[in-house]
Amino acid sequence: MQTIGLPGTAAPHARKPGLWGWLLLAPMVLWLLLFVVVPTGILAVYSFCQRDDLGRVVFSFTWDNYVRVFDPIYLNILGRSVAYAGLTTIICVAVGYPVGWYIARRPAGLRNLLLLLVMIPFWTSFLIRTYAWIAILKNEGLLNGLLLSAGAITAPLELLYTPVAVVIGLVYAYLPFMILPVYGSAEKVDNALVEAAHDLGAGPVRAFSEVIIPLTLPGIAAGVLLVFVPAIGMFAITDLMGGARVPMIGNVIQNQFFKARNWPFGAALGVVFTLMFVFTYLAVQWHGRRSQR
Amino acid sequence: MIAPAQPMIDIRSVTKRFGDFTAVNDVSLAIGPAEFITLLGPSGCGKTTLLRMLSGFEHPDQGDIRIDGADVTHLAPYRRNVNQVFQSYALFPHLSVWDNIAFGLRMQKVPAEEQRRRIEEVIDLVALRGFEKRKPTQLSGGQRQRVALARAIVPRPSVLLLDEPLSALDAKLRHQMQLELKRLQKHLGMTFVFVTHDQEEALTMSDRIAVFNQGRLEQLGTAADIYHRPRTAFVADFIGEANLVDAELLQRNGNVGRVRLKGGLEIIVPLDQWPEGHAKAVVSIRPEKVHVSKQPIKAENVFSARVEEEVFQGALDRLTLVTDAGTRLHAIVANESALLEAIHEGDQVWCGLHMDDLVIVAAD
Repeated sequence: MQTIGLPGTAAPHARKPGLWGWLLLAPMVLWLLLFVVVPTGILAVYSFCQRDDLGRVVFSFTWDNYVRVFDPIYLNILGRSVAYAGLTTIICVAVGYPVGWYIARRPAGLRNLLLLLVMIPFWTSFLIRTYAWIAILKNEGLLNGLLLSAGAITAPLELLYTPVAVVIGLVYAYLPFMILPVYGSAEKVDNALVEAAHDLGAGPVRAFSEVIIPLTLPGIAAGVLLVFVPAIGMFAITDLMGGARVPMIGNVIQNQFFKARNWPFGAALGVVFTLMFVFTYLAVQWHGRRSQR
Repeated sequence: MIAPAQPMIDIRSVTKRFGDFTAVNDVSLAIGPAEFITLLGPSGCGKTTLLRMLSGFEHPDQGDIRIDGADVTHLAPYRRNVNQVFQSYALFPHLSVWDNIAFGLRMQKVPAEEQRRRIEEVIDLVALRGFEKRKPTQLSGGQRQRVALARAIVPRPSVLLLDEPLSALDAKLRHQMQLELKRLQKHLGMTFVFVTHDQEEALTMSDRIAVFNQGRLEQLGTAADIYHRPRTAFVADFIGEANLVDAELLQRNGNVGRVRLKGGLEIIVPLDQWPEGHAKAVVSIRPEKVHVSKQPIKAENVFSARVEEEVFQGALDRLTLVTDAGTRLHAIVANESALLEAIHEGDQVWCGLHMDDLVIVAAD
């Protein structure tokens, strides 16, 4: 963005924090060091190690773990994870975008109530909510019961422990993470801009594609990141609702640590995975900055 | 300008309610082609709602609206050949100046070459050359104003609606833009409907002014009409300054009558506007029409008064006068002969009121 000669748009004067600044930053820095930098470091070191027969980590350098990551079995699982997470993200955009936009256009009082409704499920443990979905989707569950008694089907649908159940679970879990950022950017869109588009001859479709979408793109981008990234690594939902029949990359990593007791390989998967996120994030950021120019 | 034979905009008995609130109450108004009309009134008087019904963002509950001969009463905003300059400008923040101006032409699917030519033309017209690639955030208030104007006129609407477009500018720029807008409107020969609460803005630019109060059209006329011949106390008070004095009819003599003003002063006034069958009305006296001198004055009404207060304002002197009979009047006198005949507080002076300068308005 060009900022020359315009007050208020110049970059803020860069300043090094003083002693007080560092003191105030200390808790944050410590937290990040302890819970982000150190664990990631340990993971990175382990990923180049070997394991002995008892599953203990042996500190001798090897590339083997990384070679194994690119074994077709794991690439397949990774591909499936990307596909499921991608599908989840698309559904979340399709469902969450209109909801976020709708909430942002309500009067202030109603808006807060609707936001509260979006967030209420967070007050209940994630696992309990997932078990609730099992109760809904299982063969003799709520949904099949309703459909059977309504006469819509004659035999119960097999929903649980299928890819469909996994995607339903993922969409359910991550939908609020799409609604909230979309709401955040939709709320900032001045209604006069939508009116201006109509005034200049744009019907509902053109006004949406030419004005509303570009102005809420930052919200969509944030939502995509917040849904796609965690969805790809999710293991609890695939375990519980997929019945371990449709493992995703998160399940594989979890298995390497807890069942196969192959920490170095699990670590290598984790590192590759983390790098993938970093690249996705940078790509979104780069695109965002480019479209702002 | 008299109501034109073939109006560009024809508003017929339009009423708009929001819940219990009647925003626009049975308003009829015909606006001519290439006319600059101002809808003037205090906030909440219905002028903006009427404008929004012209742009199509609101639709009347009763009555109908024709633009250029076609019934647009219930037509969507994007199907009307009408463009608006928004109070907040409403420039698309993600688009450059050029793309903002091009928006309407792209929606109309104007061929690229013609688009380019027309945008170049309008950019010269509003003096934005060199700013084409800037984003709205990189412009000053006045420049944004001009982008909004260019964006609205480039599709060549039959009517341009302007919703208090100058209110965000500082006083000096506002004066400059008033003149520019008037010039632009003449140059384009386009119908401009301008909404404002600023009477000075209305007097400067308009061919005709429509004064609104509480959802009703109070008076329609040229600036001079409305200033010199206000029909209601509201109009007299809202446009310019006025002494609004309660008056009681004492004696009628054809078109002229003797009235007693509140306080006791008796004067002769024209009766052509006196409300039929009423004993009481209000006389509107512009403060600059109260002639004040230390020498005797020739006028239909002459009386003497004491200067209760004098406020020096450079070119003008503001006086508060109390007549011998006890009526209080405000007067504004030019300070041209200040050294020779300065008027001070406590002075006894002669006052004159010409009958033609006195306007009778209905008591509220």
